[in-house]
Formats: sequence, structure tokens, C-alpha cells
Amino acid sequence: MSKPAENLPDFSVERDGSSARVLLRGAWTIAASRALERAAQKLAAAANGAQSAELDFAGVTRLDTAGAWLIDKARQQMAAAGVAARFAGASAGDAILLREAAYAPPQPERAGRENPLTALLVALGGWTVGMGEEILRGVSFLGELAFNAVRVVARPKAMRPTSMVFHLENFALRAVPIIATINFLVGCIVAQQGIFQLRRFGASTYAIDMVGVLVLRELGVLLTAIMIAGRSGSAITAELGSMKMREEVDALRVMGISPMEALVLPRLMALVLALPMLTVIGDFAALFGGMVTSYFYNGVSPQVFAERLQLAIGMNTYLVGLIKAPFMALVIGMIAAIEGFKVEGSAESLGRRVTASVVNSIFMVIFLDGLFAIFFASINY
Amino acid sequence: MNEPVISVRGLDVAFGARKVLRGLDLDVAPGEVLGFVGGSGQGKSVLTRAILGLNPKQAGKIRLFGEDIDRLTPRRHRALERRWGVMFQGGALFSSLTVRQNIQAPMREYLKLSQGLMDELASLKLKLVGLPPDAAEKYPSQLSGGMIKRAALARALALDPELLFLDEPTSGLDPIGAAEFDDLIATLQKTLGLTVFMVTHDLDSLYSICDTIAALADGKVIAHGPLDLMLASDHPWLRAYFHGKRARAIRRPDAVGIEASAASDASAPA
Repeated sequence: MSKPAENLPDFSVERDGSSARVLLRGAWTIAASRALERAAQKLAAAANGAQSAELDFAGVTRLDTAGAWLIDKARQQMAAAGVAARFAGASAGDAILLREAAYAPPQPERAGRENPLTALLVALGGWTVGMGEEILRGVSFLGELAFNAVRVVARPKAMRPTSMVFHLENFALRAVPIIATINFLVGCIVAQQGIFQLRRFGASTYAIDMVGVLVLRELGVLLTAIMIAGRSGSAITAELGSMKMREEVDALRVMGISPMEALVLPRLMALVLALPMLTVIGDFAALFGGMVTSYFYNGVSPQVFAERLQLAIGMNTYLVGLIKAPFMALVIGMIAAIEGFKVEGSAESLGRRVTASVVNSIFMVIFLDGLFAIFFASINY
Repeated sequence: MNEPVISVRGLDVAFGARKVLRGLDLDVAPGEVLGFVGGSGQGKSVLTRAILGLNPKQAGKIRLFGEDIDRLTPRRHRALERRWGVMFQGGALFSSLTVRQNIQAPMREYLKLSQGLMDELASLKLKLVGLPPDAAEKYPSQLSGGMIKRAALARALALDPELLFLDEPTSGLDPIGAAEFDDLIATLQKTLGLTVFMVTHDLDSLYSICDTIAALADGKVIAHGPLDLMLASDHPWLRAYFHGKRARAIRRPDAVGIEASAASDASAPA
């Protein structure tokens, strides 16, 4: 194989009165890239002034579709400039190639640019309609979900316990290490800051109250829900999305199986069970973290910590956090499923939907937590 | 110059305990159109992927264009990759790019060309593979199965490769489209001196464009040669393949007419 550098596309021109002979040389292949493009541009103007030109292929060592296309393009440009050009000396193969790769001028682009103002209005209108459709889709999703949930309750046989337990293992059991660790660390951090800040008022023992109330009411469930939104919500969206991309969802549908019943409900139920369980684990891990920190920073023994905690919190403190968990799970699961079913054909859209699922569900979890805070405050619970 | 483009010696590929290829040997000469056949799950795709360097091999030597692919520097390997085009069975078009961008992706990666020329070349490739110009701005998810095949071929041809790997190129195409596909491959082979390695089950393609056929069974190439050799072989799988019910309907055009062959088949029970 010859090196392309010694074999660049080139040509020379021999003029004889009003006719020109263009001797093409070298490898007219796409491998020459820029050199090929430049040679072709020069070629178009090579025979200017002549009446006829002959493009001689005798010196061409190699020709490919790109080369043939460009040479034919040059020939047509010559013709447009009044030079009747024709090919000569092309081998049988090259001749076929020149015919197959004959130059055709590109179709004119859709003519006329749009007025930017109109374009803006069009975009705005499209966006508004899109939003409307999205809301409609959300509502219809909720309806379908509710319908299927009722059907499953009325006919427990339609429930898919195997599937649910499978997802429960993924969402709950496998999440225990990370949930416990994160909550433990946050418990430590809250206790440490509490001790340092309250020590200035000589009230460092109240750090234990603070850890107890903050963790049980808010932080335990919130952190767990955010972790689950990132961990399981994204997984649900990606699973459903790629199933939709590969027509698996359609396959279920034509078998008469509702994707809602077969795919969404088991995941949703598993999430609704998993999040409270994980919240309990998270709560205990955080309290344990608080205990460890109190022992090391404040010399509080575990017994004293437990007694102090007993005074500070009641059953209601614990329940306030726990009650929120299933609702947050429902929100995470539904957003994940809606986004999953919105996935279209491309990998890009899958990525976009998974991002949207995680961002939206974390936002909604925090928003919901705020609503609950207002609610519990107003009923003095 | 007559050194084989692909040369495989003693290739072993195993997945865990399951040996898929056992000491496979294969040579593909320059300009040859090789049809590769074999039962499902026999490892046709595994061989293709091993040659392309996508599947690790346990033993054996693979030489492409005379170069041992295990001993290449990354730079030489890149230069080698530029000389082949691959069309995957499912198309493997980049789903977030339009067809035009898909075809231009290898050009952009390897060459310095102006956008205008790349657009022109993309439209040329589309024309070559028989796609309408308006397909250029479509995304793969908007294309039909047959159009995806064509677009994938257009991308494989983007750099005018010397060696073309095709994995079941005509499956999923209507017979007219499949015949056009065969013609296109034949034309390109003739004009560009293309070497084609084609995994296929399309008997029409095997009959009409393949110079040689290689058959894979039990992890080895059991037969490699022109069609006549396949037809004459008494290996049970080859007999079933080339003398089966479907094969009988498509005898070689120069042998007997289709009606005649169908009539003789009807009178001679298998």
C-alpha cells in the first residue's frame, strides 16, 4: 500500500488552441481530505477560457466515490462556465463509479428564513400546547393508575407479589448500607454542630434534643427520600424508558397486559413499602450517629443520651416523620413512571427523562415536606 | 498484494466455560465477497466481533491488511479502523444524531473537510444506498427498519473503506430492496475493489453476489469455497442449508429456470 502523502490528488493542464487536456494524477480518494477538496476546486477553473476539455484519468491511481463525485462536480462546473468537458481514459471500474456517483447539485434548502418574532411566537405556542399536553398526560396517567390500583384491590390475584418482592429487594434491602451510612453521618454532623453552638449558652446537653427532634421529624425521612429519588426513581425511569424504546411496553399491551399493572404498580407498591422501612433504619442510624458524637465531644454516655432523648421526644415526633414516607414514595414513583413513559426513540431523550425524573422528584419531595410541616404545625401535632 | 485482507489462525473465543470458536482458520482475499453462514448461535457474530476487536479472544492470531491486531500501537490501530466500514445488524445508528450527522460522524472524526463538502458527500451516500434526500434530517427513531439498514450502510461507506463488514445486511428488507442492496454491494465491490465480509442468511445474496461462502459449525469453518463446493458438500448441516425447501426455490439462474426447478422438486420428494 502506498502512502497517501506521495500520492495526493493533482492534475496538470495542456492547452491546444481552444481545447484543453487535463491530466489527472494521484489518488482521488477521501483519505486525502483537504488536498482532495482543494484539487477539486482548482480543477473546476482549470480549463477556463477553453471551449472543450478532456479529463484524462490515465494517471489516476485510485478513485473512490468522493473523488468521482468531486471530479464530476468540476466537470459540471466547467460546463456551466461554457467549457464542454468529457472524461477520457477512465478504466471500466472508474467509469461505473463516475456514473454511480454522478454529481447532483444539492436541493435548495427550504427557502427564506423565518421572521424571528414569528419564530418566537411559534416556539411559545408550541411550548404552551406541549405543557397542556403534558398536564393532560399526567392526569390520564393518574386515572389509569387509580383504575388499575382499584382493580388490583378488587381482584388481588392481579397483584404481582413476585415482582413486588423483587423490586422491594432492590429498592429497600440493597439501599440499606447507603441510607444507614448517610443518615449516620448527618446525625453526627447535626450533633456536633449542636454541641458547639449550644455550648456557648451552656446548653450543650440540649444538642441531644435537637438531634432527636430534627432527625425524627425532618431529616431522616427527607434524606432517605432524596436518596431513594436518586437511586430508585432514576432506575425506574431508565427501566421503563428503555423498555418503551425497545417496544417492550407495546408488546405487553398487545398481549392484553396493562403496563400500568405489570410494570408500574409493583414498583410503586415496593417503593411505598420500602421508604418507611428505610426511614426507620435511617432514623436509628442518625440517632446512633448523634450518640457517638455526643460521647466523643461532650462525654455523654449512651445511657444518659437515651434518657435525655426519652424526655425530648415522644411517639408523635417519630410518627410525624414516618407518616410522610409513603406519600413521598408515591410522588417519587409516579414522577419516575411518568417520565419513563415519556422516553422517545433516542438515547438522548432517555438521559433527559432520567434527569427530569430525579430533579422533579427531589423538588416535589422537599415541597411536600414543607406542606406537611405547615399541616402538622397547624394541627399542633 | 495478494496477501489476504483478513487472516484468522487458530482462533479460540470462549464465554466462561462455553467455547464458541475452537481453532478457527479463515482467509479473505482482497476484492473477495465472502458470505458467512452458520446456524443461529454458532458464533458468526462472535467471529465478526473478534475480528473487529470487540470480543476478547483466548488464543489465535488475527491479521488485518497484513498487520497483527494484537501488536498494533493505538495510532496504527486507528489508521486501520479507518480502512474498514462496519454495518451492525441492528444498524447501531447514533440515536441522538440525524442520519446526515450519522454519516458525517466518521468523516468529522478522521478527515478535515468543509461542512459544504461533507453535506454533499452525505447526500451522495444517501443516494447510493437508495434513501430519499429528505431522510437526511430524520432521526433514527423516525426511520423504518429497512431505512435504518440503508442509513447504516451509508455510514459504513462514509470513508470509502477498503473492507466492509456487514452483519445480516438484507434481513428485514423487502425483496426489491434486498436485490438493490445486493446490486449496490456488487457495484461498489467492482469499482472500489472492496473486500466484503458478510454474515448473511439471504440465499439470494449468497447466490448472486458472494464469490465464496464460508460455513461455520462446531466452532470451526467447515467449508470455505465457491457455491458449487457448498452444493457438493455432504456435511449434513450444509446439505440441509443448501438443499432445504427454501434453497430449492432459488436455484442459480444459469442452472435451471425457477418453474422447472419447482416442478422437478414437486415430483422428487426429499
